[in-house]
Amino acid sequence: MIAVNVEEKLFQNRYKVDHGRPHILIKDADVCKNLCESQACTFVCPASCYKAEGNGAVSLITDGCLECGSCRVICTEHRNVAWEYPRGGHGILFKFG
Amino acid sequence: MSIEKFDVIVVGAGPSGNTAAYTLAKAGLKVLQIERGEYPGSKNVQGAILYADALEKVIPDFREDAPLERHVIEQRLWVLDDNSFVGTHFRSDDYNKPPYNRYTIIRAQFDKWFSTKVREAGALLICETTVDELLMDGKRCIGVRCDRKGGEVHADVVILADGVNSTLARKAGFHDELDAGNVALAVKEILFLPEEVIEARFNIKEDEGVVIELVGTVTEGMVGTGFLYTNKDSLTIGVGCMLGDFKANPQRTTPYALLDKLKRHPSIAPLIEGGEMKEYAAHLIPEGGFHAVPQVYGDGWMIVGDSGGFVNAAHREGSNLAMTTGRLAAETVIEAHAAGLPMTAKTLQAYKKRLDDSFVMKDLHKYRHMPRVLHDSPQFFTTYPTLVNRAAKNMFTVDGVDKLTKEREILGSFKAARRWRGLIADAYKLWRASR
Repeated sequence: MIAVNVEEKLFQNRYKVDHGRPHILIKDADVCKNLCESQACTFVCPASCYKAEGNGAVSLITDGCLECGSCRVICTEHRNVAWEYPRGGHGILFKFG
Repeated sequence: MSIEKFDVIVVGAGPSGNTAAYTLAKAGLKVLQIERGEYPGSKNVQGAILYADALEKVIPDFREDAPLERHVIEQRLWVLDDNSFVGTHFRSDDYNKPPYNRYTIIRAQFDKWFSTKVREAGALLICETTVDELLMDGKRCIGVRCDRKGGEVHADVVILADGVNSTLARKAGFHDELDAGNVALAVKEILFLPEEVIEARFNIKEDEGVVIELVGTVTEGMVGTGFLYTNKDSLTIGVGCMLGDFKANPQRTTPYALLDKLKRHPSIAPLIEGGEMKEYAAHLIPEGGFHAVPQVYGDGWMIVGDSGGFVNAAHREGSNLAMTTGRLAAETVIEAHAAGLPMTAKTLQAYKKRLDDSFVMKDLHKYRHMPRVLHDSPQFFTTYPTLVNRAAKNMFTVDGVDKLTKEREILGSFKAARRWRGLIADAYKLWRASR
C-alpha cells in the first residue's frame, strides 16, 4: 500500500476553525490508552484527526474534521467520544459537497 | 432571537428540509428553517445524482433555473478485480429526450438554489446557527434551542431534517446511537477537467452524462461500492463501505487510501488522469434499510430524510427519498393545520401512513433483507468479482486451448471457490434479498 497523504487532500478544503473550541472531545484519555485495543478511530477517521501516539495514547485534533460522525459511531465499546456539531458557521465549508 | 412562535421549525436545509420548508411555506404556514452552515449546502455531501421525479412533484419547472450538471444517458456497472473489470453499460437515446430523468449535480450549488425557492415561498431561513437540542415539555417537543444568545424558538411542530447523524432525535432519546453495521462511510473527491476532455473520454456530447457504479476487490472484502460521475467540467469519484467493516478490516486501511487505490486502478486511472482535485469530502450514508428506520414521528416532532434512515442502498437512491419524505411530512402538517388539529403523535401518525403508501417504504420493504444478506456474504465483493474477471480473461484469451476446456476450467473455478451448494445458496440469497 502506497502511503497516502491526507493532509494534502484536506489542504484543498475550506474551513472556519473555531479556535480553542473543538467540537469533538475524547472523554477520558486513559480509556483510549489502556482499555481500547483496536484504536480504530486512528485509521477509520477519513480526515485522520485521531493519531496513535508512540506511548499508546490517542490524540485528537479536530481542525480537519469533515463532520461525518464515524468516530462517535465506531466507539461502541467505550462510548468515549463526546461529539457535537461545530458552532453555527464553523467547521468544514464545502465548496462543492 | 426573541422567543417567537412559528407553525413549524425545520432543522436543516438539505433535500428533505428544503422540500418540507418549501411545501409548508407555499401552503401559507409560518415556517422557520435553521441551517448550521454558512449557506445551505455548505455542510452537505452527496455523490451526487438528482432524480427529477421527486423534485418535479414540488417544483415542476425546476429545470428552468436549477444548477444542473449533466443529464444521465448512460449507466455503467463495473465488477472489478485488481487489474480488470467486467462491465455492463446501459445507454439509451431515449434518455436524451426531455424531460430528463436524472442529472448529476453539485450539492453546494444545488442546495443554495433550492433554498432561494424556499425563501421565495415565504419561509424564514437562519444560517450559521446550530440547533443544540429540542425543547421538550414532558414528551412533547415545543421548539428548539440554538447556539445563539437567547436562541429559544417555539413551534407547533419541529421537522428534523438534520442529516444522517440525527443528533437532535438521539439527544432527545427518540432513538439510539447509529449502528456501525447500518451506516456506510463514503469518501469522495472532485476532480476538475476541461469539458471537452470529459466528453471525449466518456463518449458523450455537451450536457450528456455517464455514471459508473463500481464493485469488487477494491473494497478489500468490505461491503461497499465505488462510483465515478461526470459533471459539467469535473468528475466526482468516491468509495464507500460499511462503517463496521472499516473498523473490522484487519488491514486497517484508511478510507482515503482505499479511494487512492480506486483512483489508481488501471481501468479508472485513464478516465481521471490530469484531473485537478479541489475538494475531499466524507459522509455517512444510512444503509440499514427497512429495519433501521426509527420511530419518525411523535408529539410535536417528525423526522425526514437521512435522519430517518430513508435510503434505498440497493439502488443508490437517497436524495429522492429525502425530498419525498420532506414533502409527505409537510403535507401531513398542512392537512392537520387546516383541520385545526393539535400536532400530537396521534395526528402525525398520518405521516407514517403516507410513507407506507409511497414508494419510500415499499422499496425499503422490498429490500429489507439486503443489508443482512450482504453483511453475511463478503463473497459478493471479493470472490465473485475475481472469478468473473478470471473467467472473462480465460475465455477471451486466444491461446490454443479449446473452448470446451476453457468452459470446464471456468466452471471448475466457480465450483472450487464456492461449491455447488455455495453457488446455489448465493443465487437464492440474492433473489431473496431483492424481494
